[in-house]
Amino acid sequence: MNVGIVRFPGSNCDADVYRAVTEGLGERATYLWHKSHDLDGVDVVVLPGGFSYGDYLRAGAIARFSPIMREVIEFARGGGLTLGICNGFQVLCEARLLPGALVRNQGLRFRCHDTRLRVENANTPFTTAYRDGDVLRIPIAHGEGQFVADPDTLDALEAEGRVVFRYVDERGEATPEANPNGSARNIAGIIDPAGRVLGLMPHPERVSLPVLGKTDGLGVFRSLLDAVRGGAGATGVPAEAGARIAGAAAGTGAGR
Amino acid sequence: MTETYSVDVRITPREGILDPEGQTIARALGNLGYEGVTAVRAGRLIELVIEAEDAEAARATVERMCEELIANPIIEDYAVRVREGVPG
Repeated sequence: MNVGIVRFPGSNCDADVYRAVTEGLGERATYLWHKSHDLDGVDVVVLPGGFSYGDYLRAGAIARFSPIMREVIEFARGGGLTLGICNGFQVLCEARLLPGALVRNQGLRFRCHDTRLRVENANTPFTTAYRDGDVLRIPIAHGEGQFVADPDTLDALEAEGRVVFRYVDERGEATPEANPNGSARNIAGIIDPAGRVLGLMPHPERVSLPVLGKTDGLGVFRSLLDAVRGGAGATGVPAEAGARIAGAAAGTGAGR
Repeated sequence: MTETYSVDVRITPREGILDPEGQTIARALGNLGYEGVTAVRAGRLIELVIEAEDAEAARATVERMCEELIANPIIEDYAVRVREGVPG
């Protein structure tokens, strides 16, 4: 697997993703410069965390028009596996590859601490290393992470199994207290209708190596590896997830 | 012939979108003893100077800019005001 990591001016979690892939999995990673128009034949594209373009205007709003985003959007729309972490999630929403938006945290503070995430759908190319209901400890670090969308969109996300991660408490319940930023329905991560584009605010790459203290986040990258190697990477969404995810595009991403 | 127009774009959180910044300002005003403040919404102001055929063309262009970049219609409302000339 070759994971492409886009570097915008202000990206600052690019090296963390690089090491999660290269040291955590022993796979290949390639940095992709924001001014480039070449994805270098990578199997997966990651938009990493950071403060692209200083978060000017809105977080992710300027990065969304970076030269390389033309190719990233084409890749994602064609079924290419695309992962947006934190600022990357904001960019994916600004690019309309994912619905809704991420706005200022309800408490106005920048929140930087561990959260508990419940895996709501282990049947995506990003989560097959987990089981439904698993509770992971993964940190957040953001000021604009409150996920908002209109009620119809939220209902559709829930009904189609597209809420992939939710903030929960130590008992695994999605309480208001466990919600670090006021996100609608405690949503921490969502996937697109085809099940190929995931955005999440927490940082799995920061808990992906033993030296970092925890490896709860490595499963995201291991799942991607499984998807690329065998099943879903070549053929699209696994059958069962396809049934759960309405509108799954058939046969997308072949050969990626 | 093109004319110069000053355009203000006022961006505010959309109705129904929580505005924690506005709420915090409202609370702080209350703490300072200001009574009777019933609503505060916090947004941003973008000032542009633009060359266009006429005021309508200037407005249409800036509205397109708003839809594409300046505002995010999912979470924000925008209001465009066009005046002739450069701001004094």
